[in-house]
Amino acid sequence: MIKFILKGIIRDRSRSLFPVLTVLLGVALTVLGYCYFSGVMTSWIQTSAKFESGHMKIMSRAYAENADQMPNDLAFIGVKNLMADLKKDFPDLIYAQRIRFGGLFDIPDEQGETKAQGPLAGLAVDLLSEESPEREMLNLENAVVRGRLPEKQGEILISDDFARRLDIQPGQTSTLISSTMYGNMATANFIVVGMLHFGITALDRGMMLADLADIRSSLDMEDAAGEILVFFDDFVYQEDAAERIAEAFNAKYSDDEEEFSPVMETLRGQGGMADYMAMVNQFMGVMIFSFIAVMSIVLWNAGLMGSLRRYGEIGVRLAMGEDKGHLYRSLITESLVIGVIGSILGTALGLAFAYYLQAKGINLGNMMQSASMVINDVIRAKVTPISYVIGFIPGLIATFIGTSISGLGIYKRQTSQLMKELEV
Amino acid sequence: MENSFLIKTQDLVKTYPMGHTKIFALNGVNLNFRPGEFAGLVGPSGSGKTTFLNIVGSLDSPTSGSAVVMGKKIEDLSHKQAAWLRNQNIGFIFQTFNLLPVYTVYENVEFTLLLLKMSAEERKDKVMQALEWVKLADRAKSKPAQLSGGQSQRVAVARAIVKEPSIILADEPTANLDAENSFNILDTMEELNRELGTTFIFATHDEKVIKYLRRKITLVDGKVAKDEALEQKKVKGGNQ
Ligand SMILES: Nc1ncnc2c1ncn2[C@@H]1O[C@H](COP(=O)(O)OP(=O)(O)O)[C@@H](O)[C@H]1O
Ligand SMILES: [Mg+2]
Repeated sequence: MIKFILKGIIRDRSRSLFPVLTVLLGVALTVLGYCYFSGVMTSWIQTSAKFESGHMKIMSRAYAENADQMPNDLAFIGVKNLMADLKKDFPDLIYAQRIRFGGLFDIPDEQGETKAQGPLAGLAVDLLSEESPEREMLNLENAVVRGRLPEKQGEILISDDFARRLDIQPGQTSTLISSTMYGNMATANFIVVGMLHFGITALDRGMMLADLADIRSSLDMEDAAGEILVFFDDFVYQEDAAERIAEAFNAKYSDDEEEFSPVMETLRGQGGMADYMAMVNQFMGVMIFSFIAVMSIVLWNAGLMGSLRRYGEIGVRLAMGEDKGHLYRSLITESLVIGVIGSILGTALGLAFAYYLQAKGINLGNMMQSASMVINDVIRAKVTPISYVIGFIPGLIATFIGTSISGLGIYKRQTSQLMKELEV
Repeated sequence: MENSFLIKTQDLVKTYPMGHTKIFALNGVNLNFRPGEFAGLVGPSGSGKTTFLNIVGSLDSPTSGSAVVMGKKIEDLSHKQAAWLRNQNIGFIFQTFNLLPVYTVYENVEFTLLLLKMSAEERKDKVMQALEWVKLADRAKSKPAQLSGGQSQRVAVARAIVKEPSIILADEPTANLDAENSFNILDTMEELNRELGTTFIFATHDEKVIKYLRRKITLVDGKVAKDEALEQKKVKGGNQ
């Protein structure tokens, strides 16, 4: 019987072509959409991890509570001891101490008068020491578009966009006006040796990247760090492992009563991240549901048209002694075969586009001018194992629903009434 | 003898609602058929011929009265049982041949055997046998579109006869055929009737068909007006 159905589908293009195309299109869009969002998520997680959240992040409890305000007055003090302990307790992890700071950037002219001035977001990382993971992690080699990397104390990098706005050239001396950990005003001179372009709008608007030791001394933060970012040594985030480590760390080092005791948060646990992930999942759900709804309606109507065209066949099959239920099921089987074919082709098409977008990427830089999210301007789709199967959900459900509804007429009506209508 | 009837109807009534009244498509029909009959219902359009065949063929059930076909009370059958009865014992031939266009001649004839869950080998033997009966064995691989009207109706006959049912119901089988093809198909059906003992019941108002009938039942307004045995008037091979 299945063979009989298959022959019908293959030989009768008008029976299969339109439904297959419908399913193909819906499935391809679902797969592409899914890969696109996977790409967004992956890229966003990677970028966030590197620049903001680490796979895990250690802060003082107080700092953690106000993390979005860069509260250096609440920074954790006693980094050296803590680092020594961490390297004993969790030797396989990679650590990166960071200080975030805000400030005014001031460019003096020859007389020492202000020539240009602008606010910027500062990030201090270990730029100079041999064993620092930062240069590689932040991809600085490639991000420096003019000038060079800092080679000694007192040298900094700034965003190229910012530099162009303020007409700053490599080699220029500049002054940072900020405040110390204890709330006093602090000024420090630096030489701008290179300009940065990360391709991440939120960072490229106005950022200063300085060496940790320089900022510690300028802002009076000896042995302090706002944040210690912690990474798995293969740079792949693993939710479960991260949670286990954070739990172990907090059990040992954190003290609920002591607001300057350190606390470790996982990437997912940090501000908004979980919400955002949930939102993306929800969005995927809505998208798949919409495709199911739209495709079902289209296929329902296609099924109605198909059964009009095939009235003769339906009548003959009933007359030959096929049970209505059997006929109904065979129509559904037929459509599911079509659904499978459409889903396979649609998945192939969707994946082809997704692989293309994975290799090429789409530049969304213009849409992100006001974004504060740390995310790459170039979004690359990401093909995951789920990409290969996700399309089958709307593909098969929609064909099933569409045909079930359109076939219901056959199932519900009296056989004789059908025969009459069929004018067999 | 009650049991010697293949089909037995008693006070068969079928009404259809029509606005506030109802029309009597059948209005108290008592007809019995024995195995091997070659009978026809004749009468003007709307006299209830198709309705009668549909009830006897278990495609429809009576409003009142009773129809017993091969020992089964049609009015008591479930959908499944009715389908089973059709499948096992009844072949249909229609005015419009209703071959499935995407399938070959062979597959069209084979379909009904698929429903009977027969082995592939057995199906092949039966299909080829049926095609030989209707002299179309050489067209087994053709598609319906490649056949003439006469050939198409012969495929329909093969499709009806392939499972060797006890009863074949033919509703205006010659209405779309020219004279030559009509006689051709009637010759074939008569031969099958004689050789296999299959009961044929026609609904027709075609004189060519009536010439072949051995029993002619005239329906008027859903009632049997006349039920007569006929002499064989026709000359085999087509009498124009
Ligand atoms: N499904 C139906 N609904 C309403 N009226 C019907 C239906 N089937 C048949 N009839 C009516 O019943 C009568 C008998 O029809 P039918 O058995 O088809 O006659 P015949 O085959 O002799 O031309 C006609 O008046 C026809 O209009
Ligand atoms: Mg009729």
